[in-house]
Formats: sequence, structure tokens, C-alpha cells
Amino acid sequence: MQQSKRLQSYGTVEQEEPLIQGDHSYGTLTTKINSIPFVPLRRTPIGWLLLFSLSFLLLMVFFAAVTYLLIQGVGIWGINIPVGWGLDIVNFVWWIGIGHAGTLISAVLLLLRQPWRNSINRLSEAMTIFAVACAGLFPILHLGRIWLFYWLLPYPNNLGMWPMFRSPLTWDVFAVSTYGTVSLLFWLVGLIPDFASLRDQAPNRARRLIYGALALGWRGAGKHWQRYEMAYLLLAGLATPLVVSVHSIVALDFSVSQVPGWHTTFFPPYFVAGAIFSGFAMVLTLIIPIRKYYGLKDFVTDRHLDFMAKVMLTTGLIVFYGYMAEIFYAWYSGNEYERFMVWNRMTGPYAPAYWALIACNGIIPQLLWFRRFRSNVPLLFVVSLIINIGMWLERFVIIVISLHRDYLPSAWHMYTPTIWDWATYIGTIGLFFTLLFLFLRFLPIINVFEMRHLLHEEHEAAHRHGKGGQHGEAYTPTPGAGD
Amino acid sequence: MQDNYQVYGLVAEFETSDQLLAAARATKDAGYRKVESYTPFAVEGLNEALGQRKTRLPWLVLVGGLLGAATGFLMQTIASVYDYPWLVAGRPYFSWQAFVPITFEMTILLAAGTAVFGMLLLNHLPRHYHPIFNTPGFKRASVDRFFLAIEAADPRYNPTETTEFLRGLNPLRVSEVGC
Repeated sequence: MQQSKRLQSYGTVEQEEPLIQGDHSYGTLTTKINSIPFVPLRRTPIGWLLLFSLSFLLLMVFFAAVTYLLIQGVGIWGINIPVGWGLDIVNFVWWIGIGHAGTLISAVLLLLRQPWRNSINRLSEAMTIFAVACAGLFPILHLGRIWLFYWLLPYPNNLGMWPMFRSPLTWDVFAVSTYGTVSLLFWLVGLIPDFASLRDQAPNRARRLIYGALALGWRGAGKHWQRYEMAYLLLAGLATPLVVSVHSIVALDFSVSQVPGWHTTFFPPYFVAGAIFSGFAMVLTLIIPIRKYYGLKDFVTDRHLDFMAKVMLTTGLIVFYGYMAEIFYAWYSGNEYERFMVWNRMTGPYAPAYWALIACNGIIPQLLWFRRFRSNVPLLFVVSLIINIGMWLERFVIIVISLHRDYLPSAWHMYTPTIWDWATYIGTIGLFFTLLFLFLRFLPIINVFEMRHLLHEEHEAAHRHGKGGQHGEAYTPTPGAGD
Repeated sequence: MQDNYQVYGLVAEFETSDQLLAAARATKDAGYRKVESYTPFAVEGLNEALGQRKTRLPWLVLVGGLLGAATGFLMQTIASVYDYPWLVAGRPYFSWQAFVPITFEMTILLAAGTAVFGMLLLNHLPRHYHPIFNTPGFKRASVDRFFLAIEAADPRYNPTETTEFLRGLNPLRVSEVGC
């Protein structure tokens, strides 16, 4: 019968491969993950040294670019009137969007009780913090006189002035700084029990002291765990609306203004979906080489990659729907400026960027419908890189194409990024990877205490199934008991 | 210093969380009250087994969040209505709808801060020293072993009887721990 066959196939999905592969105990799992930061300094892997040096070099490019910016001012960039927001804001939105996957994985998937988050949440939270650090730099650099950045903050001053609280740009200051702070707290709280196990397994005194200080004297007391788990759960509950609010507010920076192509009500949800889309792409870009290099395939299994690819496909479809809706609304509104904006995107001077965006974010992700492509790890890596590029192009298309031809043709102007625009962008990539490589070298890259908990639960689940029937047998629900 | 030696309590070491859970229940049933467990991850049901009450943390976080909301909203209202009224396109000074995003962000910021620092404060962390770390083999409490401690301060504590009691719970070992 068709119905029971379908039910049975649901049953087999339920019984898929475990989330922790290999024959692991609490001890081997902890030792395996802790062994990465315990590698002696003199035996730092040469590959790490090379990649870290490269990232550090790019970070120096960033410092050079910022130094020159401080001397000369924002005139070194390609921005002009009307394109006052150039690559700096493109990069700001790109980086902050990337951060969103980390919060989604650590907070939303925790609330939804998705156990597959446990092996990837540490890395993706680290990614969030580093991405938000890169993002936060751009609006400040964009100020021009960056030493006056504190004017953004409300503080009693002898000018008798306050920020304009009705402006989304002021909201953004609060949203991004709150987001950065809460993400950092979430990450650090998650690290405390792992610092304790690093302290207890430390191979030498120096490491024992450093990790011991960071562990804050954690001893795993029952009462402590109770408060800890409660704090963690509450943080997840608080971070979930926060992550939605941050990119919504970033979207309002655009949609509150009256530029054709910006002034739409669907920007906030479409931005949030895009953020998650790009963030998962970045997580995949990072985790595929990392799990290979550090031999973590027991913990980050192909099934994890499959889940992430599915999230990417879903959010990618929402984003693509957004692109289609933009075109539809431009036509349906009957507004000549909106119609011109869409036409200009497709056929204007920046048309290659638009069509590359459609290919990267609209067409290529459709491969992820097929299990064959989702289980092909090199291909998944390439697709995730393409989506990263596509999401950067999306922000370029939204910001630059909308601005460069707004209303009066006499006010139109082309925008070409200068070498300093690119140097700043590449420099923040250097900052991101410098921080990431330091993280990979000195901190546990997988949340060990949650993995121990997951191992406990997987053992218990296996035990329960063992009692019912043959171990590993497909679980078949009673037909008609609900689909 | 042998002269200053004081007993902190007796600590039993277990191999699995289920054994610890059973031992915790037995300890509570035997009437011990100053009991604490030390585990490498949060074991479900352990707090109930030890008779520990629910944490007050959610109430603190609620207060933190409300404080954040009030701070955010009042800051914007006072600044935009009283201290620095600035007429923009004839819009009302008290345009409270525009104050919602920052009020929301401040709510989250203070609530999250309360959750983290409240948890640390209630747990008395960071803490430099605790006698439980003198337990032999305690380094595995953060890896793969489960510990149960009965403090000497417990009214029912008796060095020989309590040791016998803990031995009966099938532990790997029972150790007397000094302060």
C-alpha cells in the first residue's frame, strides 16, 4: 500500500545514522577535541602557520588601508554623490549577514531541540563574533572622522545634543552593538565547562593556569549546572528575536529611505532570510576543510552537511522569491521609477552583477534539491563559495545600482570601487581569518560538554530501541495514528 | 599542615550517570541534606534527586529585561521630548512607535547580561579555590566521571557511618576530602 510504504520510509529516516560516528566514549571524545589546542607551540602544524601568516598579512593590508584613510579621508574610496554608500556598506551588510547563521544554529536550533547543532555551534558562534567584528568596523570607517565615533552613542554632552532616535541608523547602532555583545556572552558562557576540561587535561602548568583562569573555577556542581542550563536556555530565547531584529533593522536602514529599489516593505524578512542563507554558506565553507584537516568527521558527519544544505536551499528559495517579488512589485506599482530601477538592474551598466547574482543565488542552489549533490562534499563546498559571492553581489546590486540612477538623470553617476575599497574589504577578510585561526589553534572547536550529553542521549536511545526489537530496526508507527 | 586539617566531606566516584542518579536518590532518602553532585555534563533529573529547588534566575532575568525596556524607552523619551525636542517634518516629539526598536534592543541587552552575570553571581563564580578539587581523581569530573559529595557540615554526617553508606552505593571509590 502506498500509505504504509510512505510511513515506513518516514520510519527509516528516523533511524538514520547516528550524529556521532565511530566508537566514542566521554573520555575519547573529550581527549580528541582537547588534543587540538594541546599541540605544543613548537609543533604547530606548518599548514596552520602558513594560512595564519597569510591571514595576518591581509590584516596588515587592512591596517595600511585604514591608516591611509585616516590621513586622507573617505575621498580615497570610490564613493560620490549620489553613490554615498559604496563597498563599505556592502561589506557591512555582507559580514553582519554571515554572522546570523551562528546565532541561528546556537539559539534557534537549541529551542527547536535539534541535536545536530551540538557539533557545529561553537565554530559557528565564533564565526558570528568574528563576522560581527568585521561588520562593525565598516560603519565606523564610513564616518570619515572615526575618532568621533562616540557621537553615535547617547551620552550627556556639553553640546546639549542627543542622537536622532527616530532614525534607523541610530537603531542600527543599538542593534549591532547589542548583537555583538550578546553573541560574545553566549559564546563565552558556552566555553566555561570546556575550559574546565581543558584545565583538567592540560599537559603542562602554563596551559593549566591559563585555561584554569578562563574556567572561572567551574567544577560541574549539580546546582551550578541547573543555573547554567537555565541561563543558556534564556540566552537562546533572547537571542532568537534579537537575530531577527538585527537584520530587520539593517533592512530598515534602506527601506525607510525613498530611493527606488530600497523603499519596500518586504525588505526586513527578505534580508533575514538572506542573512541565514549566507551564514550557512559561510559555515559550510569553513567546516568542510576544517573537519577534514582536523579529522572531525566522526562529529561533523555527512548528515550534518546534508542538514545545512537543506537549510541553505530553503532560505535560498525565500531569497529568490524576494528577487521575483521585487520585479513584480515594480511592475504592479505602476511607478515609473521603480520600473526603471528593475530595468536598469537587468540591462544597465551593472547588469553583469545582477545576472551573476541570479545565477549564484537563484539557479546554482537548486542543485541542492538532489541528495546526490548534497552528499557530494567537494561540490557542496563549491556551491557554498558561490553563494557567499552571490550574497555579496546581492548587497552590491541593492546598494550601488539603486543609488547610481535614482530620479533626475542629471544627478546620475557611476561608481567604481578604488584599490582602497578593495584593500579594506580584503583586509577584513584577513581580520576574520586571523581570529578564526587563533580560535582553531587555542580553543576547543567543538562544544565538548554538549557532545558528551549528546553521546549519553544517543546511547540511551540505542538502548531503548534495543529493548523494543532488533537493534537498528526501522521504527514503524501504527498506520492511521496520524501522519 | 596537619594541625589545621579539617574535613570537607566524603566524596564517592561513579562510572555512569545512572549510578550517580541512583546514589543521589538513596542519599536524599537517607536524610542527608548537604549533598552536591559533580558531573561532566548536566544530568537530567539530578537536581530533583538531590532535592535541589528550581533556580531563581528566570525572575532575575525578567527584572533585568524590564529594567532594560524602561531604560531604553525613558532615555529616548526624555531626550526627544524634553531635553532636545527637534522638529522633523512636523512629526510629534513623542513618536513612541519609533522608539520601539531601541527599547527592544535594550531589553535584550540587559536581560542577556542578567542571565550571564546572574548565573555567575548565584554560582559564586569566578572562584579561586574550592575544597572539592582536593578529591583524588577529580580531574575526571570534567571528562567522564560522576562524583557525589556529602559535606561534613551535614547534621547526619558521621565519618564511619557515612563512609559505609557511600560504599554501599557501588562507587568506584570513596575518599575523605580535606579543606
